Order: sequence, then C-alpha cells, then structure tokens
Amino acid sequence: MDVRLSPEQHALRDAAAQVVDRLGPDTVVGLDDIERTGRLRAAVDASGWLELRQRAEGDGPLASGVEVAIVAEELGRGLADAPFVGPTMAAELRRRAGAGPAVEPETVLLDRTLSSAAFSRNGETPAGASVDATPGQSALVLLGDDTAARWRLGRVPLRAGDSQLDLTRRTAVVNDGAVLAGLETPDALGQDDVDVWTALGLALTCADLVGVMRGAFELARSYASTRRQYDAPIGSFQALQHMLVDAYVALEGSRSVALHAAWAVDALAPPDALAAAAAAKAYCARAALGVCETSVQVHGGIGNTWDCLAHVFLRRALLSVELFGGADTNVARVLAHHGIGTPAGSGHGLR
Amino acid sequence: MDFGDDPVERAFRMRLRAWVAEHNPGLPTSSTDDGFWEGQAAWHQSLYDAGFFGMSWPVEVGGQDRPSVFDVIVDEELAAAGAPPRPSVGYLVQGLLEHGSDDVKRRFLPGIVNGRDRWCQGFSEPDAGSDLASLRTRADRHDDDYIVHGHKVWTSYSDDAEWCLLLARTDHDVAKHKGISAFALPMRQPGVQQRPLRMINGITKEFGEVLFDGARVPAVNMIGGPGQGWALAMTVVSHEREPGELGYVGRYTKLVNELAARVRKEPDAYGTEQVQHLGWAMVEAEMLRLHVRRRLSDRLTGMSHGPEGSVDKLLMTEVEQVVGHAALAIGGTGVGSDDDTWLKVYLYSRAQSVMGGTSQIQRNLVARRILGLPVA
Repeated sequence: MDVRLSPEQHALRDAAAQVVDRLGPDTVVGLDDIERTGRLRAAVDASGWLELRQRAEGDGPLASGVEVAIVAEELGRGLADAPFVGPTMAAELRRRAGAGPAVEPETVLLDRTLSSAAFSRNGETPAGASVDATPGQSALVLLGDDTAARWRLGRVPLRAGDSQLDLTRRTAVVNDGAVLAGLETPDALGQDDVDVWTALGLALTCADLVGVMRGAFELARSYASTRRQYDAPIGSFQALQHMLVDAYVALEGSRSVALHAAWAVDALAPPDALAAAAAAKAYCARAALGVCETSVQVHGGIGNTWDCLAHVFLRRALLSVELFGGADTNVARVLAHHGIGTPAGSGHGLR
Repeated sequence: MDFGDDPVERAFRMRLRAWVAEHNPGLPTSSTDDGFWEGQAAWHQSLYDAGFFGMSWPVEVGGQDRPSVFDVIVDEELAAAGAPPRPSVGYLVQGLLEHGSDDVKRRFLPGIVNGRDRWCQGFSEPDAGSDLASLRTRADRHDDDYIVHGHKVWTSYSDDAEWCLLLARTDHDVAKHKGISAFALPMRQPGVQQRPLRMINGITKEFGEVLFDGARVPAVNMIGGPGQGWALAMTVVSHEREPGELGYVGRYTKLVNELAARVRKEPDAYGTEQVQHLGWAMVEAEMLRLHVRRRLSDRLTGMSHGPEGSVDKLLMTEVEQVVGHAALAIGGTGVGSDDDTWLKVYLYSRAQSVMGGTSQIQRNLVARRILGLPVA
C-alpha cells in the first residue's frame, strides 16, 4: 500500500492546475467573458483529458480513475466552465459497449433526479437531464427491454434546461418529441458495467467537490486574513477560526475518501467499487455543503451578493452533490452493500 | 498510487487472519466493560509473541522495523474478526524513542512493546487540564533520587501500572514550560497512592488519579534532561492524537459491524432514522480507515508527526461520536432489556472530544499552525 501520487500523476495535476489558473474565471464578471471560456474549452479539448477513459491498446481505458479524478479536482477548484464529467462518462459507456469514440461532443443522460443512469425500456424516449451539454448536443442513453439485464446504447438530442443552479456547467433536458436513435453496440452492457460506470460518476463528482471545497476554503481563508473589523483581521477571532478549522477538517477527510473512490473504480470488484464510491460521495456531499456555506458566512454581507465567488462555489457544489446521488442516496447504497435494505424516505438528521 | 496490499502485505494479512481465528480472546468492548481492561495485558502479550504487535518500531526495542501500513493491516484484521483492538501504547513508545537516552530506551522500551510492563501517564492534574504547563507536581533532588509530591488525574491504567511516565516541576524559577522534567517513576512504592476514577458509563479500570507524597524516583530515570519534559509531553500528546497510532480504526469498525449484524438479524425492528444513523457510522468509520492510510503513505516521504495530528484527532472524534449516536439509535438505552452495553458505548464517546486535548484546543492549534490565521 502506498497511496501517494506517482510522478506522472503529479505532473498531470500541475498541468491541469496551470490551465485552470490561466484560463478559469477569477471573478463573477469573468464568467461572462466568452473569449476566455472559449480559450479554456479549447485548452481542455487539446489536452487529451476528455479521452482518458477511451480504449487503450488492449482492453482497458487509457488512464485509471485516479487520473480523471485528478483533472476533475483541479477543474472544480478553479470553477472551470468547460465540460469534463459528461464527456468522460460518455467515453466510459462507449468503451464498455465496444462502440467507437464519439465524433462530436457528447454527454450522458441521467434520470430526472440526476442520481442514476436514465434507462429506456422498449425503445421509449426517457425523460431525464444531463450536465455539461452545449445546445444541439446529444446524450447517451441505456436501452433495454423487460426481459434481460443487458443494455445497448442509444442517443437523444438535448435542449438547454432552465436551471440556473451551476453558473459554470449548464444542465440540459431531453428535447420535446425527441426520437431515440440506437447506436451500434457490439458488447451489450451488464449490471457490472453499470455499477462501475456509476462508481466512476461518483468518484468524479467527489473529486469535483474536493476541488470546489479547496477553492471555497481558500477564498474564505484569504478574506479572513485581510478583512478588518474592530481594528483586527477577522481571522484572528476564535469564533471564525473554529469555523474555518471545521471546514478544513471536513476537506481533509473528503480528500481521503475521494482518493480511495477514484482508485477503487478500476481496482476493486464492481459491487465493492460502487460501495467505496457511495461512501465517499455521502461524506463529500455533506462536507461540501458545510464548507461552501462556511465560505459564504465568513464573507459576511458580501458573501451574500452576486459578485462574490462564494455562491459560485456553493452552486457548483449543489450540482455535483446531485449528480449520481447526494448524501442520502449514497448512505442507502452503503447500507445495501452491508445487506441492509434501502431505508425509505430521506433526511438523516444527525443528532 | 495503490490502496491495495502488495504480495508481502498480503501474505502478512493472511497469516494474521489465520492466527486471529484461533486466538481471539473474545474480550468485551473496550469502552464498556472493566473485563476488557483486565484482559488487556494478556492480549497484548499474546499479539506480541505471535509477531503482530510493534510492527513499525525499531528492532532494538522489540519492534519489527516495518512500514506503518502493517499496523493498519493489524487494525483491519482484528476488527474484521471481532477481536479486541491493538493496545494503545504508541505514544509512550514514540515519546521515549524521541527523548530518552540510549540507557532509558534499553531499560524501558522492550517491556512496553512486549506488554510485560504496564505503564500509565502522569500528565494532567486537577488544576492543569488544557493548560498542562501550569502543572504543580514537584520533584526535588535528594542525592541520587528525586522526591515527588503532587496529584495527577486522568491517569490511564494507573491501577495496574508498574511504571508512570511522570511530568513534574523541577525548576520553579523559569517560565512554566521550561521548568518541567519527565521521569519513569516506579508505581509500587510507599508514597504512591492510586484511586480509580469512575467514568460516566460506570467503568473504573481505565482511568485513575494518583497521589504522590514523598515518592522516590532515581535521577537516572529522568527522560531527557532537566527542563526538557515539555518537549517530551508535546511528542506524546501529538501521537496520542493520531488514530493510526492508537489503533482506534479497528475499534470503530468492530462496533459498526456489531450494530450492522443486529439490524440484519431483525430488520423490521429498526426505523428509517435509526438505520440512517448506522449508515453514517459506516461512512465515518470507513473515512477514518482511509484517512489513516493516506497519512501513513505521506509519512513514507519522511513527513513527520506535526500539527496534522490535531486534524486527525478532530476527525477521529467525529467518527467516535457518530458511532456513539448509532450505538444509541440501534443498540438502545437498555431500558426494557438487561443490556446497557450500547448506552455505555454512547456515554464513553463523549470523552473523545476531551481526552488528549479538547476539540477546542485542537482547533486553536490547527488555526495557528496549519491555516496560519492571524493572531489576535
């Protein structure tokens, strides 16, 4: 056991960090800078990061779950407004199905709650939503029938959704009256494929949340060190220090589980990979809300204005929490892995 | 980057698994029953004799000089088998390793590591808790001995300890941190009186208070030089904060597994909210297991024990108290049954945010030493 990153993984992290630091939005106004966004997307396209889960020579993907998580974390930290999770998840489906790589940008369709894959039964066009879509783009869907637990791939066209949740990643919904098109699927997907694919989605959203937490935390720490009240920096007051420490501790715990989830995608048996990812997501989802809310609070009144980046982190966290299920959904997955039936209802209410 | 076992680790794990299946003494849960503390010495010696204790410590003191990951494997396998956790003596060992002379190390460490000598830790006093440096127990030089007067409290295992790692004031004319020295004091002598402390869950064997009234300790038993006791204390408490050093991952996993088995046996007896508590306890215990692995890997690069121990103590406290709430939710309070084991687990969990430095003290340390926040 040695869970340190390899030199190559460190280099990948540095490269991703550099792109994000150079081309990511550093102000709320910067989010509207179309030229910057275009350059960021071009840099991500050119980096090869979107192809990491495509088929390598032989059978497996070009890179493991750890590498895609490294990129996702840096993109989250820098509030990168460039698609990554959607295209990566689409590439994973295509590789598992033995389908060729996508010729144009593509994402995946999730159910309406965004918590799991959208399935089409008997060729009906399913309802659902996607992340990381651009107008006119399509999403991959799993097609099955009522008899066998095997799925083929299909595609549905998307239209922009009305959601303004995440200002860095737009969501989309299935076009009204859209027709589902089948896709050549040499290797039908089984439950194991869907489990590992879901584990990858959870690992990626955990990594994004860790990045978002790092960004939101640094924003708060730096503000607390410069903002002065009562003739002292507010970060010198114990009440604020303890809030910031609690945020940092939650971030440190999240790093550990997120790293394990990313490793588990390719290293553990499918049910174990899914359980590892679910435990990580439950932890990171709860932690991320706390850290981002702390960042808003530390900024005081300013933190509640549109122009402060604190809410951009909070909004991005809220979307990543929902993707592939939030805390309650994933606690239920962990319990199910221990042979304890899915609890009905939600709201964990820790005492 | 690999969370899995390499072939050597795997072989060790398999050997340990087979041994535990044969030698699990089936002691009661550590936090609830004095029977655990009574059986702990035998368990320690049994683990050590089989080659499963002191994995990462130097060979000269009875260790095996292996990477700390072997301690993690021990914790995981003991928990999976429902065996008692690894004895928590790592902080004593690290304190003596770092601050003791060669003579001190040679005389005392082997007995601590192999479990033949029982030790307690005489640090806290009635008026020196969080503000440990204000301690008033004094040690005055008389020929080749020091004579000790004072009152210690929260002294773990003081009732069966042969030795006490004692902090006492030897110089009253310098700043309070600088006048403290550390000693290995023999407990079985006139002038040492030990009284058990009864904790909120009723156990009496874990903590005690110790009164020193003219107790003698040879000057050659001083650990480090005169006035260097504070540095030793800081080493000891920083290790005392680390879940990897304490073997607590195994304790939490064992408790969670026992609670899960109860629910699987009678699924209809538990409501949604109760089961949610258990789910969060699973998530938290798993977090700590993985966090310890990450920390131990960082240490391979030579990162030393620093203020990160306070972060880990805060995480460990979160886990202990979430597990405590799950114990209450699933195990119940014992009203209407004769079993108050789980009530005791819950009550015990409240101490985790106090022992080894309160959570508030840990937050102060992290704010200053890791986050670099401005000083008021």
